[in-house]
Amino acid sequence: MSKHILVRGAGVAGLTTALELLRQGFEVTLFDPAPAFAKSASWLAGGMLAPWCEREGAEEDVITLGQRAADWWEEALPEEVERRGTLVVAPQRDAGELKRFSARTREFEWLDGEQIAALEPDLEGRFAKGLFFASEAHLDPRKALPALMAKLEGLGAKIVHDKDPSADEAKPQFDLVLDCTGASSDLAGLRGVRGEMLILECKDVRLSRAVRMLHPRIPIYIVPRAGRRFMVGATMIESEDDGPISARSMMELLNAAYALHPAFAEAKIVETGVGVRPAFADNLPKVMNVDGTVHVNGFYRHGFLLSPATAIQAADLAATTLKGAH
Amino acid sequence: MVTFYGENISSRMLLGTAQYPSPAVLAEAVKISEPGIVTVSLRRETAGNNAGGEFWELIRALGVKVLPNTAGCHSVKEAVTTAKMARELFKTDWIKLEVIGHHDTLQPDVFGLVEAAKILIDDGFKVFPYTTEDLMTGEKLLQAGCEVLMPWCAPIGSAKGPVNPDALRSYRAYFPETTLVVDAGLGRPSHAAQVMELGYDAVLLNTAVAKAVDPIKMAKAFAGAVSAGRDAFEAGPLEPRDMAVPSTPVIGMAVFDSP
Repeated sequence: MSKHILVRGAGVAGLTTALELLRQGFEVTLFDPAPAFAKSASWLAGGMLAPWCEREGAEEDVITLGQRAADWWEEALPEEVERRGTLVVAPQRDAGELKRFSARTREFEWLDGEQIAALEPDLEGRFAKGLFFASEAHLDPRKALPALMAKLEGLGAKIVHDKDPSADEAKPQFDLVLDCTGASSDLAGLRGVRGEMLILECKDVRLSRAVRMLHPRIPIYIVPRAGRRFMVGATMIESEDDGPISARSMMELLNAAYALHPAFAEAKIVETGVGVRPAFADNLPKVMNVDGTVHVNGFYRHGFLLSPATAIQAADLAATTLKGAH
Repeated sequence: MVTFYGENISSRMLLGTAQYPSPAVLAEAVKISEPGIVTVSLRRETAGNNAGGEFWELIRALGVKVLPNTAGCHSVKEAVTTAKMARELFKTDWIKLEVIGHHDTLQPDVFGLVEAAKILIDDGFKVFPYTTEDLMTGEKLLQAGCEVLMPWCAPIGSAKGPVNPDALRSYRAYFPETTLVVDAGLGRPSHAAQVMELGYDAVLLNTAVAKAVDPIKMAKAFAGAVSAGRDAFEAGPLEPRDMAVPSTPVIGMAVFDSP
């Protein structure tokens, strides 16, 4: 009989881990008290699979762990991955930021205004220089998460929302528990980093890939979604407050969107979102066994990018742990 | 050794804690450069009820004296409230006072600054005001009770270095007894060395380290430059001259100026 593993938390970390466990032949139950990803930071994510861009503000691990993420997602959910690269631009007076960005990363080419317009015709004449990371990709978390959940169910995983099945003493215990509860975990060394985002609907601008707009204080990204919608994100504030978006953050995000293209001034703000990202001191995720529970946590702003790699690590750790138990 | 409000601080480099790739990189930068003080911004991080408790723990764990600041405050009231919050959070009466006039230029509002400094000093704070190199503003801040002045050398984050060295020189000469810190605008270690050679007591920097391609190595470079600049000031550098001066007598030529 195959071993039965409980995965707590159905955000991107829990779902990717559950899939890797199923692939290794485990029986999997997934528990999340909040239905429909309501409390999940992943629901608010940009969904960028951009290891080289992220290297700008992160350690080398973001590349080593993240460079195969797009392949993993495409293999798991063939319909969801948009492999169109990332475009990075800066307003004229912040052009120095492009140079700084380029010095901290690699796998890009410099573009001039014409080349930028060839990639994104709506940005014609707006930026003289940019960087293009051709091998990067993005997905829409609001399509990918439900699709992955459905895939898990199709593979026989049991999804539970009402109460933690491991708390039920009357039923047999699980062979192992994996905790992927993100910022709500009380794991030592984990802190919360507030992120604010908004979704705009704009009929007058078309973008076909994630665009990053550099600024010394307020760097933002805009990721196109279906239905002429754009996800604009995201602030990074050292706070565990998950209250509504602040006026200042809203102004900064809107201002940056407007600087990318003035037509965003007429966009409708269809949603604002605030979540708390879980992070360790090095802003990199960890897979670790604490008192018999395997924790997969600390994804910071890299849930979709780094969870495939940690899911494989976690499933391997689960296999080794359960093998060692006998 | 440098003294702020009677407290001896071992290093003349003061380091900001914002904008690093991660708290772990910040910790490494602090470890390698051993700044005397680290500054911490409170305005945004305390906006909600759950101010980043874990983040403050990481800052405290650096083991360096903390100077909270009021970065991002645009009014006297905001700055005073933030200062009081900082006193609670970090159990210190030190405050780096910033009253920003304009979000875009980050130029200090010197009128608001003097007003806020008065209020805070009356309330028992030891104020480190971020100001311009304007002499009269400096004087008003001293009258208000500040014992430290922190003029900029260029706008915050601009990395331009001393855009007006003459003004910085006059400032030092005008306030010979006051502890002076160059705050904001440093981009390279040579900039730090330059202002330290002018006799400034310390420098405060953040972006130049945090946003460098390798922040840890840059922190080390700045620490070396600050200490070199100070040593040079104490050693008494030569004053520049218009003519070359041979270091040995030129054989066969009269060494006196010809009439």
